[in-house]
Amino acid sequence: MFLKDYFVTIYKSVGSLLKGMKVTGYYFTHPKEIQTQEYPDNRATLQMFDRFKGEVVMPHDENNEHRCTGCQACEIACPNGTIKIITKQELQPDGKKKKAIDTFVYHLELCTMCNMCVTACPSDAIKMAQTFEHSVYDKRQLKKVLNAPGSKLMEGVE
Amino acid sequence: MSLLGEPELTEEGEFVINIGPQHPSTHGVLHLKVWLDGETIKKIQPHLGYIHRSIEKMSESLSYRNFIYATSRMDYLSAHINNQACALTVEKGLQIEAPPRAQAIRILMAELTRLSSHQLWWGCTGLDLGAVTPFFYAFRERELIMEIMEETCGARLTQNYSVPGGVMYDVHPNFQNRVKDVMKQVKSRFREYEEALTGNVIFEQRTKGVGYLSAEDAISFGCTGPTARASGVSCDIRKWFPYDGYDKLQFDEIIMTGGDSYTRYMVRMEEMKQSVAIIEQLIDNIPEGDFQAKTKMVIKLPKGEFYQRVETARGELGVYIVSDGAASPYRIKYRSPNFSNLSALSHMATGAKIGDLVAIMATIDLVIPDVDR
Amino acid sequence: MALFLTISFSSIATGIHTWLAGTMQNEMLVKITEMAIAGISLLLFLVPLCFFLGYMERKVAAFMQIRLGPNRVGPKGSLQIVADTIKLLLKEGLTPTASDKFLFNLAPMIVVVTSMLVMAPIAFAKDFQIWDLSIGVLYVSSVSSIAVIGILMAGWSSYNKYSLLGAMRSGAQIVSYELSVGLSLISIVILTGSLRMSDIVMSQENGWWIFKGHIPVLISFVIFVIASTAEINRAPFDLAEAEQELTAGFHTEYSGMKFAMFLLAEYINLFVVSAIGATLFLGGWMPFHIGHWEAFNHIMDFIPSSLWFFGKTFAIIFIIMQFRWTFPRLRVDQLLTLEWKYLLPISMVNVLFVTVMAIMGWHF
Repeated sequence: MFLKDYFVTIYKSVGSLLKGMKVTGYYFTHPKEIQTQEYPDNRATLQMFDRFKGEVVMPHDENNEHRCTGCQACEIACPNGTIKIITKQELQPDGKKKKAIDTFVYHLELCTMCNMCVTACPSDAIKMAQTFEHSVYDKRQLKKVLNAPGSKLMEGVE
Repeated sequence: MSLLGEPELTEEGEFVINIGPQHPSTHGVLHLKVWLDGETIKKIQPHLGYIHRSIEKMSESLSYRNFIYATSRMDYLSAHINNQACALTVEKGLQIEAPPRAQAIRILMAELTRLSSHQLWWGCTGLDLGAVTPFFYAFRERELIMEIMEETCGARLTQNYSVPGGVMYDVHPNFQNRVKDVMKQVKSRFREYEEALTGNVIFEQRTKGVGYLSAEDAISFGCTGPTARASGVSCDIRKWFPYDGYDKLQFDEIIMTGGDSYTRYMVRMEEMKQSVAIIEQLIDNIPEGDFQAKTKMVIKLPKGEFYQRVETARGELGVYIVSDGAASPYRIKYRSPNFSNLSALSHMATGAKIGDLVAIMATIDLVIPDVDR
Repeated sequence: MALFLTISFSSIATGIHTWLAGTMQNEMLVKITEMAIAGISLLLFLVPLCFFLGYMERKVAAFMQIRLGPNRVGPKGSLQIVADTIKLLLKEGLTPTASDKFLFNLAPMIVVVTSMLVMAPIAFAKDFQIWDLSIGVLYVSSVSSIAVIGILMAGWSSYNKYSLLGAMRSGAQIVSYELSVGLSLISIVILTGSLRMSDIVMSQENGWWIFKGHIPVLISFVIFVIASTAEINRAPFDLAEAEQELTAGFHTEYSGMKFAMFLLAEYINLFVVSAIGATLFLGGWMPFHIGHWEAFNHIMDFIPSSLWFFGKTFAIIFIIMQFRWTFPRLRVDQLLTLEWKYLLPISMVNVLFVTVMAIMGWHF
């Protein structure tokens, strides 16, 4: 009885080990199962998902106009002080003064890509870009000004 | 044994080794002070605090919308479930409920998270026991789930998809098809998982009878999740305190009574299958409607205390908010599953070998940032 | 091409010998020169061999793990291991302050030198051997056991508890698994009636022992592969290193060139045990012959003997590599259970069967 158990154990153990080797052997002989993406080489074909949160950008149209009114909703919504908006008073043609953005500072190094600023924005002025290669040698380069120089508020955006 | 670890004199023949904070099998920066007699473990003292980021304190100065993002960094493998727990607590305080569509999406995402977390755990268990190859097989399927997350939530790990009142935006149009494809693939791989690791005689030897935890001990250490369910403790929050409509779904709470590492392994393997079952039930029946309930711009919770528990991939996560009526919480406390599960480690591993310690840690499935927060 | 085929390793060796004997009068001088040539050519052979084995291991592992493996340095990543070696050479070789410096620096040498010593009686091709000594098998099994001293030395002198644990594990492991390796080698010695490597190869002219020896030899081959995997400290028996438990075991404190020497020794050992397995069980350089099929045997003879030898050796190396990338690691007590409760009793009974078979002449 003992001997029978002994040999049954050996038989079963060897069987289970061979099963494992069958799996690895299968993948060894089927190179088409390889999952590796050769990343820097496939840059040209690499397509990120359109919702991927890479960094915050402010789209400008062809007249160098953006939609940011300087309401600072995103600055309030941001959990870690990534966004700083400096506003100025702009003189309107009718003589009234109106609040407008001077610089929209975005600290990429602080950003957690939580998307809260984008959802908070009432005028769709900012959105998430799909870029992801953000590494630089100096962290000062991560401090970005999102409004392009000389840009102004789009007509009709309040 | 002093908990605060004044240096204790070692007995004759005893010696102390420090496993961690940089060690391949502590999965992060856990530091275990281990008293050894030869290869046999006599005592373990976990030292925490290497990755404390004071998420709880930080949340006190953030608004009720903003504090959620930080919970993704606690148990980063069940990030969505953490976010969901916080969102649910805030909803409880506001006495609103997410619309049915949002609830369904949240459950789908939570189960996908659980599935991917268990897959990563499966790979890491193999890795910890010395079989490197399963790790890559596990990551292949996990990658597919990460792609679903990326497509819908915009991020792979720290999604921040749940917001008070629902989810941040609707699912991607591709979502349903992609999930169905992925589920088909995931199901077809379970057999391979079993061949590669479960049935392997060395694996069985390494885990069977190792790290026994009785049901009484599991309860008294406050263990939850698969760790406790493998000891025969019924503690699935999804069954006991259903949230987001888990009560309308058909699924089993996996309870086994072995109490050893192998049983914990089997519980998680079965839970993966249950998660697939839940996802398949729900994926064709996502209700139409809003994905987010209307909430005020600035959320203010009424004065009081609010507690919500959810089942993460590792056990029960409790979110406890004390509100003084202001726009940010007065105090937040997270009852994290890993902290309690870790406390049972010393009890489980005493008398075992160093190799067993690795097996036990692998099957408790510790995520250290969740222990420290 | 025809000319190339007629040149064999043995003809080169004989050519060098006659040339040396012709130019040098002193017989002693000839011997010493030949020894130097053998040593240098062994070193020149071993370094590329280890490069190749390192590359092979990475690629085998990668393909089993659905990865591509090294693919940046050189064509298909083949120079990656060279780059890694250069990196290791340039790194600082740290010696811990509290360590026993003499033993600490000596240990890697011992490990490498023992693994090289075992190369002596291996027949790489027909009539091509460094030293065809009459106790070849005994020499192999006794010299290879010196390696454990190097490992114990490394673990003890490092002044590190992880290293010590690894070394102690390794000591228990190698001492026990040596028995099984020895007993499985004995079964072939019984069948051949000689300890000399060349005799063992010649005895397989009409069929390799693994085919001629029925099931008992098959069993001893399996035991040999398992036990020698354990003896060279490779996964699933790599308890001495046990990355997940002991970070790196006995070589935790080693860096730079000294670490590279442990790596070198590991690959030489891997080659050596596979070569011995191939020689004893799969006929060494002997081509594949079937009984009296003269025509078939003749065709097989056209394949150079060195190709046969390396083909068989690499087949065994591949199996040992597949072990490593498939199985979880055993625990230290299970390791000893496997040896003392399974491998040793089985191989003892097996030797009995082989002896009966040899006396009765039941093998082909």
